[in-house]
Amino acid sequence: MKKILLWGGLAILLVFLSIGLYRSQQGQVGKGETAPDFELISFSGDTYQLSDFRGSVVLVNFWASWCESCKPEADDLEDAYQYYLNRGDVIFLGVDYVDTEPEALGYLEEFGITYPNGPDLRTEISQAYRVRGVPETFIIDQNGIISHVQIGPFSSFEHIISTIDPLLE
Amino acid sequence: MIQKSKRTLWWILSAVLLLSLIPVAANAQGSDPTDDEVNAVAKQLYCPVCENIPLDACGTAACEQWRGIIRDKLAEGWTEEEIKIYFVNQYGDRVLAEPPRRGFNWIVYIVPVVIFVGGGYLFYRGFEQWRSPEPDSNVRKKEKTTPKPVTLSEDDISRVEEELRKRSQR
Amino acid sequence: MVAEIGFGSLFISLIISVYGVIAAIYGTGNHQKKWILSAQQATRLVFPLLTISVGSLIYLLINNNFEVVYVSQVSSLSMPLYLKITALWGGQSGSLLFWSWLLAGFTSAVVLKKWDRDQDFLPWVIVVSLGTLVFFILLNTFFENPFVRYWQVNQDIVQSFSQPLGGFIVGPRDGGGLNPLLRHPGMVIHPPMQYLGFVAFIIPYAYAMASLITGRSDDRWIQLSRRWTLWAWLFLSLGLILGARWAYDVLGWGGYWGWDPVEISALMPWLSGTAFLHAVLIQEKRGMFKQWPIVLIILTYNLVIFGTFLTRSGLLSSVHSFARSTIGPIFLVFIALTFIASFWLLSSRWDKFKSRQVLTSFFSKEALILISIVLLLGMLATTFWGVIFPTISELVTGAKVTVGPPFYERVAAPIFGGMLSIMVICPLAVWSYVSFKHLGKLLWKPFAVSLIGIVLPIIGGLTKVPALIAFWLVAFVLAVNGFEFIRRTRLRRKTESETLPETVTRVFQRNKRSYAAMIIHVGIVFMALGIIGIEFFQTETQGTLAEGQELQLAPYTMEYEKLEIFDTPDARNVARAVVLVKKDGEVLDEIYPRRDFYYDSGQPVTIPGVRSTLLDDFYVILVDWKAVTSEGATFKVYHNPLVKWLWIGAWVIIVGVVVATWPEKKSKMAGRNNVRPK
Repeated sequence: MKKILLWGGLAILLVFLSIGLYRSQQGQVGKGETAPDFELISFSGDTYQLSDFRGSVVLVNFWASWCESCKPEADDLEDAYQYYLNRGDVIFLGVDYVDTEPEALGYLEEFGITYPNGPDLRTEISQAYRVRGVPETFIIDQNGIISHVQIGPFSSFEHIISTIDPLLE
Repeated sequence: MIQKSKRTLWWILSAVLLLSLIPVAANAQGSDPTDDEVNAVAKQLYCPVCENIPLDACGTAACEQWRGIIRDKLAEGWTEEEIKIYFVNQYGDRVLAEPPRRGFNWIVYIVPVVIFVGGGYLFYRGFEQWRSPEPDSNVRKKEKTTPKPVTLSEDDISRVEEELRKRSQR
Repeated sequence: MVAEIGFGSLFISLIISVYGVIAAIYGTGNHQKKWILSAQQATRLVFPLLTISVGSLIYLLINNNFEVVYVSQVSSLSMPLYLKITALWGGQSGSLLFWSWLLAGFTSAVVLKKWDRDQDFLPWVIVVSLGTLVFFILLNTFFENPFVRYWQVNQDIVQSFSQPLGGFIVGPRDGGGLNPLLRHPGMVIHPPMQYLGFVAFIIPYAYAMASLITGRSDDRWIQLSRRWTLWAWLFLSLGLILGARWAYDVLGWGGYWGWDPVEISALMPWLSGTAFLHAVLIQEKRGMFKQWPIVLIILTYNLVIFGTFLTRSGLLSSVHSFARSTIGPIFLVFIALTFIASFWLLSSRWDKFKSRQVLTSFFSKEALILISIVLLLGMLATTFWGVIFPTISELVTGAKVTVGPPFYERVAAPIFGGMLSIMVICPLAVWSYVSFKHLGKLLWKPFAVSLIGIVLPIIGGLTKVPALIAFWLVAFVLAVNGFEFIRRTRLRRKTESETLPETVTRVFQRNKRSYAAMIIHVGIVFMALGIIGIEFFQTETQGTLAEGQELQLAPYTMEYEKLEIFDTPDARNVARAVVLVKKDGEVLDEIYPRRDFYYDSGQPVTIPGVRSTLLDDFYVILVDWKAVTSEGATFKVYHNPLVKWLWIGAWVIIVGVVVATWPEKKSKMAGRNNVRPK
């Protein structure tokens, strides 16, 4: 009886450790996987549900006001947003990662960002996407599948366009 | 006779152990320096990004921002509890120093209690067995036999020790 | 060239270790002594080989060979020599190599002694210790190679040990330098001490395994490994204490222990190791509870490996952990193997270890020690649970939680209170029986003296009941030990005519282990005093001051006198504040909290200014995420009563272990048995 307990306990422990280790080694949600659904409540109070945007291309960008490397791509992201604005089938969503509202709003104003941005409440969205840091951007196609994962800032406006244009053909 | 002394022993032991539990109750209050209300709240929260660092000791820009939020909320008259709840809603349960007591998290608190109660019980049972073991054929007879309890007076003990000392010097 | 030598000797040591394990198994299976001797030779060779490997890495560090990836990660041109050497253990791969080197040192040392008496143990000790070494060298060889270099292949920079096609070596001009937090004397000695403690426990484990494998059930293995165990325990304790000291000095939160997962990983083997030490005592004195030492040493060794796994695998994140690495999975496999092998062996031999245990009384020495073991194990189980719960919670609910200090303190406080209580009675308790009258006679005087522990604080204005109880217990333990020592000295004085110093030394020599234990427990009680002081009575404050202004933290006041800013030869920019410590208007001392900014790594570190007395520490640190100027510098001030006793206690423990392991004077015994011819 004691032996069963001991061996059983050991087995369960090893299983947990293996799964935990596997999870910690996993990278971000990857290309080809279904993008985890989420609800984003923007700073202005509007609610956005990812699954509502099936049929459109969605760019989800994780950023923070305290993130230095996010700043170079901020202008480019806004330009890209403006570039696709008239089409109506390319959606930009900004997820503010572990940040404070006053500073976040200041950041948005500084870079003139007009697309929807909201806080990642309880870090649920970044956990779902297994985000390791900021900035990270996920391009999701019209079927809800992730087509591109960008770790770190985009290098240029052209870079952003090059990840979205192929999906629009 | 033995029963009575056993009971007394248990009382004494429980009393001692219970007394040692009191440090815990007092600790739970913590200290409250009046000047450092921000730190007092920040101390109880953990940095959401850099894990396992309390918010009052963290030097990153992000942590400065969070302390700023605490300062602002305190100025607005928020209580400590309200600020903590705000942080949890913003950043998740991990900013708290302990898992909040709900749902699955109850297990983290229950298991230690089970360990102690269960362990204590097992030990007590074992102790009973060791005090009056059944004759066991598996056990080798070579084991030392227990000396019968002997009561020596203080003088006797010192005399024995003297003798032993004398002998060891030869 | 040097990197090739370093890796080459590492690789050869791997081959030789594998050979040693196989030879030992083959030799003992076929009863061919020569194979065992060959395995012994192989074991002796591994240490010199690894020394060459470690030496090569140190050479590369000292000579600024930044084309070696590891060197550029942990070293820089501006670092002083001693730091370049300690950078050996500044990163994952170097510290693994260092670990292997220490392990090889212990393994070779064990094999070096005369093995005439215990021939049947030898092959298995070799198998277990070399086998563990094989694993760690494997990690260095295939997963975390410290000798990997930068190569340029076309446009890319590639990291590899051997030359890739068309590549040539490139080296940055300078390295990133050691993390400034690690550039502290504490860093020089804490990791080596900690590793020594971890690694040293493999020797008693190897002996225990050898005993199990050969089917012996006597306690010969304990006798053989006793000194190793004591030193392992000392190193492990010192490792923890030094870590606490370093945290206190450098991390700037005025504390010494954060219940961080990596700290707990080091605490767990200490808990079971201490329990093991005590269980061994019961087995030796009374021949009972023979299963406990074996179970406990297996637990200790496995916890060492588990702790290392937690720290290095990236499963947990903490201030301490190394960067994410690929060694996690193979580590897990190794853990599974050692757990399973140890426990399977144990369960197959379990019945051999049944002994007839009779406890006459709850207050006999063995019963009290048993209770203390149970308390330690309770603490161990709880900390283990607390450490793995966040992982479990995340797997089950998806939510990340923190299990932090409140959880652990809630359990630690009563357990240590209980252990203090036991420490009161245990020195007076006798093996196997109890006489309450005797006990009472011995207790009443120390009890009377112990009341000082309540009266003094109350006079000093203390009202916190738990603190009073804690102080009383501390005083009680000290009084008990003091009186016991005096009593035995007096007894001796009655019969001998010696000078007092002679008496004292003889008293120690007569029953060395018992007095060593007394000293060690007194040391622990001193540490308890320090912990009580800082945990119950620490106060803090923070304020921004301009030069000339004051900040008060009762009963002291600090004045920010002036600021000096200068550059140092080792590429630091130092902002050094001169702070006056005052009490009741009178200047007591001058202290210098400073902020060092390291140019090479671009990171600052703050060093506190501390006025430390037996009664308290007045601890001032610059808050480095705010500006440090003459117009305004932000100071954080802590008042830590009694914390110096924490460090004093550590010294006392060292003395105790040295006394315990002091070699016996063989000559006296020889003199008695020999008859000298006239």
